[in-house]
Amino acid sequence: MKFTLSWLKDHLETEASLEEICDRLPMLGLEVEALENRAKDLAAFTVGYVIEAKQHPNADRLRVCIVDTGEEHIQVVCGAPNARTGMKGVFAPAGTHIPGTGVDLKKGVIRGEESNGMLCSEREMGLSDEHDGIIDLPEDTPIGASFAEVAGLDDPMIDIAITPDRADCLGVRGVARDLAAAGLGTLKPLDTSPVKGSFKSPINWAVDLPEQDPPLAPFVVGRYFKGVKNGPSPQWLRDRLTAIGLRPISALVDITNYVMMDLGRPLHAYDADKVDGDIFIRLAKSGEKYLALDGKEYSFDEEMIVIGDDGGVDDLAGIMGGERSGCGDETVNMFLEAAIFDPIRTATTGRKLNVISDARYRFERGLDPTSPSWGSEVAARMVLEICGGEASELVVHGAEPDWKRTFTLRHSRILGLTGVAVPEADAIRILKDLGFEVSGSGEAIDCVVPSWRADVIGEADLVEEVVRIWGFDHIPNTSMATDHVVPAPALTPAQTRERLAKRVLAAREMTEAVTFSFVSSSQAELFGGGAEELRLVNPISADLDVMRPSILPTLLAAAGRNANMGSADLALFEVGPQYADATPEGQQTVAAGIRTGQSAARDWTKAARPVDAFDAKADAIAVLELLGAPVQNMQVSTDAPGWYHPGRSGTLRLGPNAFAHFGEVHPKVLREMDLRGPAVAFEVFLAKVPEPRSKGPARPLLKLSPFQPVHRDFAFLVDVDVPADKLIRAASGADRGLVSEVRLFDEYAGKGMPEGKKSLAIAVTLQPKDATLTDDDLEAVSKKIVAQVEKHTGGALRA
Amino acid sequence: MQDAESLRDELIGAVDAASGLDALEELRVSALGRKGRITEMMKGLGALDPDQRREAGQALNRLKDEVAAAIDARKSAMADAAMDARLLEERIDVSLPPRPEGKGSIHPITQTIDELTAIFCEMGFTVAEGPHIESDFYNFTALNIPPEHPARQEQDTFYLPPDESGTPRVLRTHTSPVQIRTMQKQTPPIRIIVPGRTFRSDHDATHSPMFHQVEGLVIDKTSHMGHLKGCLIDFCRAFFGVDDLPVRFRPSYFPFTEPSAEVDIGCTRAGGEFRIGKGDDWLEILGSGMVHPKVLENCGIDPNEYQGFAFGMGIERIAMLKYGIPDLRPFYDSDIRWMRHYGFVPLDVPTIAGGINR
Repeated sequence: MKFTLSWLKDHLETEASLEEICDRLPMLGLEVEALENRAKDLAAFTVGYVIEAKQHPNADRLRVCIVDTGEEHIQVVCGAPNARTGMKGVFAPAGTHIPGTGVDLKKGVIRGEESNGMLCSEREMGLSDEHDGIIDLPEDTPIGASFAEVAGLDDPMIDIAITPDRADCLGVRGVARDLAAAGLGTLKPLDTSPVKGSFKSPINWAVDLPEQDPPLAPFVVGRYFKGVKNGPSPQWLRDRLTAIGLRPISALVDITNYVMMDLGRPLHAYDADKVDGDIFIRLAKSGEKYLALDGKEYSFDEEMIVIGDDGGVDDLAGIMGGERSGCGDETVNMFLEAAIFDPIRTATTGRKLNVISDARYRFERGLDPTSPSWGSEVAARMVLEICGGEASELVVHGAEPDWKRTFTLRHSRILGLTGVAVPEADAIRILKDLGFEVSGSGEAIDCVVPSWRADVIGEADLVEEVVRIWGFDHIPNTSMATDHVVPAPALTPAQTRERLAKRVLAAREMTEAVTFSFVSSSQAELFGGGAEELRLVNPISADLDVMRPSILPTLLAAAGRNANMGSADLALFEVGPQYADATPEGQQTVAAGIRTGQSAARDWTKAARPVDAFDAKADAIAVLELLGAPVQNMQVSTDAPGWYHPGRSGTLRLGPNAFAHFGEVHPKVLREMDLRGPAVAFEVFLAKVPEPRSKGPARPLLKLSPFQPVHRDFAFLVDVDVPADKLIRAASGADRGLVSEVRLFDEYAGKGMPEGKKSLAIAVTLQPKDATLTDDDLEAVSKKIVAQVEKHTGGALRA
Repeated sequence: MQDAESLRDELIGAVDAASGLDALEELRVSALGRKGRITEMMKGLGALDPDQRREAGQALNRLKDEVAAAIDARKSAMADAAMDARLLEERIDVSLPPRPEGKGSIHPITQTIDELTAIFCEMGFTVAEGPHIESDFYNFTALNIPPEHPARQEQDTFYLPPDESGTPRVLRTHTSPVQIRTMQKQTPPIRIIVPGRTFRSDHDATHSPMFHQVEGLVIDKTSHMGHLKGCLIDFCRAFFGVDDLPVRFRPSYFPFTEPSAEVDIGCTRAGGEFRIGKGDDWLEILGSGMVHPKVLENCGIDPNEYQGFAFGMGIERIAMLKYGIPDLRPFYDSDIRWMRHYGFVPLDVPTIAGGINR
């Protein structure tokens, strides 16, 4: 919402400076987005009189000018073809910043002639692209005057952001009212008295709309003007529209735009001679279309409210008029429309057709329901004043909607809700200044909401109005009181787990990534996703059109991007969501990671080693261990999902409960994702791991054995398909009282081994608890271990 | 028989002259061994009368100890010299680099969430969460944003196919639906923050289709706008580590709060360098307000009995401001160079005790 300072002062009697106003606006909820003060920007540019312009002795295209600046005579070398003796132009002395070129002007000598300033073109002033010559000012322009002032550019322009609730500030007057309530002046009266019509309008409304609540067009006012003289608007009107970025068109059109910007009341002016019969307002018929004033053609559906005549539809209600019946310079009879349309319908239509207009913006935020009446009067007064002619009586459809609402403000609520004590008299004054009709006092201050404040719908809104104007700065800063000196934990056990998972993975030299929750359909399908219910209806691009079924595709894609930038050896992880379906339960928090390339760079101590499934397995186990999963009892099965290498992946589980997958990424997935291997991955499903039964912070009592542990190595020959895990479990279970650790330290198959066999070697630690082990004890436990392993694996102790 | 004195001189001389451990051992055997010279002399003592025997015996014992000590001393000197020689041989190039280790890092989003959680925990808040795929009801309607509300249009919502009942599903455009979910299941007092992912269909230099917000909600019988101000001022000053940070509250509009305020912090751009703190300029960082009575009603909470405030801020934004991260989009690009540069050491877990501005 743009306006100029002088425009604001049409409504606000004030002594406040521009700065005071601009400081106060944001504190009223009217955020200043821009302030253009060209009088300040152009202060150095003044009107100069060219006493003499003679040919430069050494350059055909240059002239040497003596300029009277009002203070002194200065020599300037000028290249403009229109520089001539006796003209008045815009002079800038050396040192001036030239906005159009961005250069600071310097004194100089041009082909032997001194130049101490510049005569400027419009382009150099940053005003337009005009650069055929220097600005040629009228003869009677006072020498030495400020150019900005002379050119009418000295009116500062303020642009404020309007929140959706403040439809009343979509006109300059609303802004003035807020400032007046805030004590920055007084609101001037607005003349809305009726303009007497001297004849009956030959055009009438023919409204045919289905009934609904709220009605689609509750109140429509029209007026016929005959014998008007259209043409360019007066300069003041053109300047104001130009200053806020609107293009002046013709007086009749400019008046409608001006009233809209001034009072927030959009209007539409028809050339009455182009209107055939009465003007109808109805729902469109499918397939109807019109050429709008923006030069584009729009087709309607049967939900849209359109306006037209016997010649067809030529207006989209509340949004934009049509080309056919619009006013032009030749217009002599005009019909003016001021209507209320259902804001929801207007918004829906505007969105469907993607038409953006100042009118739509105001209609869909809700107009003052009384505005068709006063809007017609204000506009009529302007039309008669600027374009002459005669006004008809009003043609009215419907009636002013019932807008009066009364809410009771309890004075104590101001303090109770905001913590600031506003004296009752001040609260009442503020409400009155804002246009509320106030009666009563104390705990029963009755407030009738003004017609332009549809956003006020309850006591909380009244409190806000009072405190907003009183000033949020007056609200005390009260620190939060807490019941406990030592706060309770902020995180649930599940949240703590997520945090720990991140830290443990990062401590394992992995880099935490945060990637998008959406992926492309093809990526989702590679990871078992892509269900219809998880596809975005309006994706931002085809690459991001479905919720991810796994974190891995986004991490692998990241690895690909990094590889292209020269980082192929990566360890990335993310603890984040994946989506199995669209329900809240379908969202699951997963700790996932990938490692690609070499597990550690080669260095002088060792060669590099490509990453393998056991890197990923270690990562998964580290997370599981931290979560308190029973890592010792976990089984590993070979049924990881299809995006893993079928022979080099596993699932860590406890019975039917799968905690994690790990393994090499399936080469097909790598190929589809354009990633060179090797790449391994893991996914830990945090919520699947049962929270350990809380036994309090105390640990079980530590019982240390005073006896020496004994270490024994065993090597077994087993079938190649016997899982090592089976052998380790058998050995561990051979004597639970003595075997404290079993570590597999060698796996060998191939040369020297019988066909179909492999050798597995374990180091067993025996920890006696009651007495030192004797040779007999050792003999006995060794036999048990061998027997158990042979029984469970079908293998044999190697000789 | 040689007298002890001359024997001592001879043997000590021989110890000093011994060329190596072997010679030394030979010398020990020849002097102190079973058939050694001193041993032999000891044997001869029996022929002496008692007085002489005691005197000569003592002298021989002294000599024996002296020679043994000399041999030991010489032995350990030789061992030291041998070790010195060996250690010199074992010298390595200590300028070689150690074995390379990877460096893990924590993403700035995680670190920032951990920081703000630590601060709000001090003020008695707990962390709540909610689903990213939301119903239209939780994301909009319950928050007093009816279907045709302009605010709903301004939020650039991502839509998913409707559920079985035909209700639209959306990706939550803010963390505010968790306000509703919490108020529905928890009786006040309520004091929660909700950090999490949010989504809007916007993608340019300053917008990402996914970003993070933290929501705050306080509901009880007495918390008013002064508490809202105090809470957020305390937070901003602690988070940015500026004790006298100016914080400004401006009236604004959100459908789910009334009154509503936007919050600015002071900053300066003097000398072309941006700095948070006392200065001549303001920077908007969050939105807030008193929870709208209609929202309370929508959750079955009586607005005549309970009241409170809510706020929401962009986590990327405050992280960018605090850590001098210039652009938004690289947060999600997972460029290893960016993550290493802006990431955090894994063990640097933010705590109030340790300070969160290091």
